[in-house]
Amino acid sequence: MPELTYREALRQALREEMLRDPSVYVIGEEVGRFEGPYKVTQGLFKEFGPRRVKEAPIAEEGFMGIGVGSAMLGLRPVVEIMTLNFILVAIDMVINHAAKVRYMFGGQLKVPMVIRTPGGSGKQLTAQHSQSFEGWFANTPGLKVVAPSNPADAKGLLKSAIRDDDPVLFLENLTIYNQRGEVPDGDYVVPIGLAAVPRVGTDLTIVSHSYATVRALQVAERFAEEGISVEVVDLRSLRPLDMETVVKSVRKTHRVLCVEEGWPTYGVSAEIAARVSKACFAELDAPVERVGGAEVSMPYARPLENAAQVNNEKIYAAARSVLAESGMLKRGILTANR
Amino acid sequence: MSTIAPSRTTPDLHVSDEELRRLYRMMVQIRRFEERTEEQYTRDRIGGYCHLNIGEEATVAGTVGSLTSDDYLFGGYRDHGLSLAVGGSPRAVMAELFGKETGQAHGRGGSMHLLDVKRHFLGGWGIVGAQIPLAVGAAFALDYEGRPGAVMCLFGDAAVNIGAFHEGLNLAAIWNLPCVFVITNNLYGMGTSVEMASAEPDLWKRGQAYRMPSERVDGQDVLAVREATQRLLRLAREERQPALLECLTYRYRGHSVADPGKSYRPQEEIDRWRDRDPIVLFEQTLRTRGILDDAAVEAVRAEVEAEVQDAIDYALASPDPDPKDLYLHIYDPKGASDFDRMGEGAPFGELSIRGTNWANGEA
Ligand SMILES: Cc1ncc(C[n+]2csc(CCOP(=O)(O)OP(=O)(O)O)c2C)c(N)n1
Ligand SMILES: [Mg+2]
Repeated sequence: MPELTYREALRQALREEMLRDPSVYVIGEEVGRFEGPYKVTQGLFKEFGPRRVKEAPIAEEGFMGIGVGSAMLGLRPVVEIMTLNFILVAIDMVINHAAKVRYMFGGQLKVPMVIRTPGGSGKQLTAQHSQSFEGWFANTPGLKVVAPSNPADAKGLLKSAIRDDDPVLFLENLTIYNQRGEVPDGDYVVPIGLAAVPRVGTDLTIVSHSYATVRALQVAERFAEEGISVEVVDLRSLRPLDMETVVKSVRKTHRVLCVEEGWPTYGVSAEIAARVSKACFAELDAPVERVGGAEVSMPYARPLENAAQVNNEKIYAAARSVLAESGMLKRGILTANR
Repeated sequence: MSTIAPSRTTPDLHVSDEELRRLYRMMVQIRRFEERTEEQYTRDRIGGYCHLNIGEEATVAGTVGSLTSDDYLFGGYRDHGLSLAVGGSPRAVMAELFGKETGQAHGRGGSMHLLDVKRHFLGGWGIVGAQIPLAVGAAFALDYEGRPGAVMCLFGDAAVNIGAFHEGLNLAAIWNLPCVFVITNNLYGMGTSVEMASAEPDLWKRGQAYRMPSERVDGQDVLAVREATQRLLRLAREERQPALLECLTYRYRGHSVADPGKSYRPQEEIDRWRDRDPIVLFEQTLRTRGILDDAAVEAVRAEVEAEVQDAIDYALASPDPDPKDLYLHIYDPKGASDFDRMGEGAPFGELSIRGTNWANGEA
């Protein structure tokens, strides 16, 4: 299998879908001659031209609305929002329009549209450019929200999203655009609504999505060295949410930690925690724990930013506290607090 | 207080007698439909917000009545007249107001969210000005696929101050999209007058900032509205030139049925506009031309009366939507299986997307 970066995997999916279906077009800021603000659309303008790679002015509500209106007439727009932060000026088009059309009009219209946008924190991008509020969107019926954590899923889920007949928010992540991984050639499709278990374990389940999954896997590796077996459930899709896979894992490990980059209060992890508590009440050896970004606006100075972001140390510490709470550490399986 | 723009002399177009009668009937139908709607609302058969087109019939008939089967229409929440003007069934419109399964949106939309996909009326939208980018998107789709036709987008005077208006007009202009924007200027957005809300109360001038043909027309004169609309539609269709048309009109009722419409505007202003009732004006024109006489007017009224009564009877007799279909239409049924793994730990009473109970394992 060829190795591609996350970015290249996305580009491959876009290109293949544009070749496959003439109603697929890309619209967004700097997606054409500039070759994409993060180079995901590189080469597409040269190959497909200005009709299918539409270079939009800075008018997110306007071109998001164009996406919705054109999808109502049968096109399949892939709307790129430069980063998740800027979707806020277009949020009325996403929540009040894209998500509502099918239901509000009694199933007579549809919006087969994809909104691609990178979220995530870091690189001293500060308060207005370093955020993760995918939970707001996953809260809304009528939308689907997916958030791949690796190149293969990036390709497979983007293809599914483009072919889906409902609006899909496709959340990318700035930190992992350069991450490499094996990506199946050709028409590789990952179904929406199916979580993955990239690491199998028996002592603790970590539930995560997007970049948090990359961190969770690193922390699991560290625990392995200490003789503790961590299972990682990568949600991949936030709405629909594959609770079956989560619950199956928790029934096996009896311990669960939810990790996300965003603020945990009212967040993705809050939802997982509520559902796991209900489904696995009697099987839990410790209360469900959550760890996420500090609930502050992202600060600039490096030490402050480090303190605000979720990182491997915090995930490790939170996981240890779950293990300790369940009595596992006391039983002498692990005592060193590294 | 606004004054009416110097009325354009109604051009003596080659409008056929048949077309004149069609427009007249359309206006009478909208008026009577809305009067009966108001009455049904006060009888509690209609809920929610309910905005009427009474007083605006010439603007509605002159603009919407000019669309052809290739064109598309988007509008706001004051949409009963729009749905009738595209030729929609008064039965389906009234049934929607009554919240019935037989309504235009199967009882999911209500007064503000009418639609008629077959006749290219794509809503019925409730967020002021937001239909403008959607309409531009529809025009984008026509252009993308090289289809004939144009998109018409109607909105109120208050919509010109929201960002969506400016973003939408700019995008239509830079991409040469076939879209005609129509401001139904009834002088107020709820209780806020155009002068209070807009630094430039000549709203048509806003289009000049986007270098598009822009004009104001007497919205009480259906033939003047029709002439301007047809000219601008032709520009849009044939030259991919978007345009802005402002129709000066007045709503005789309050903002919605719940608003008496008196506290923010003087009675003499209401009276003055009543003297320019668009239906009376048009009727006079047609009588002078010998196209209508007493018998013809009476026949139209009787026909419309029966039609609206039939719509009410139909709506009353129609079935309510079934609560077991609550979860229908959230997502495409083909994609419903994507949600089948969501049941574990779901909130109390939450059903699967297929509308079945998770607890029974019938996802
Ligand atoms: C963005 C937004 N803000 C506020 C409202 C509440 N609202 C509904 S109609 C209306 C007035 C709109 O007036 P206008 O555009 O002139 O249309 P008209 O009602 O006169 O037809 C307001 C403020 C809304 N629906 N959307
Ligand atoms: Mg108004």
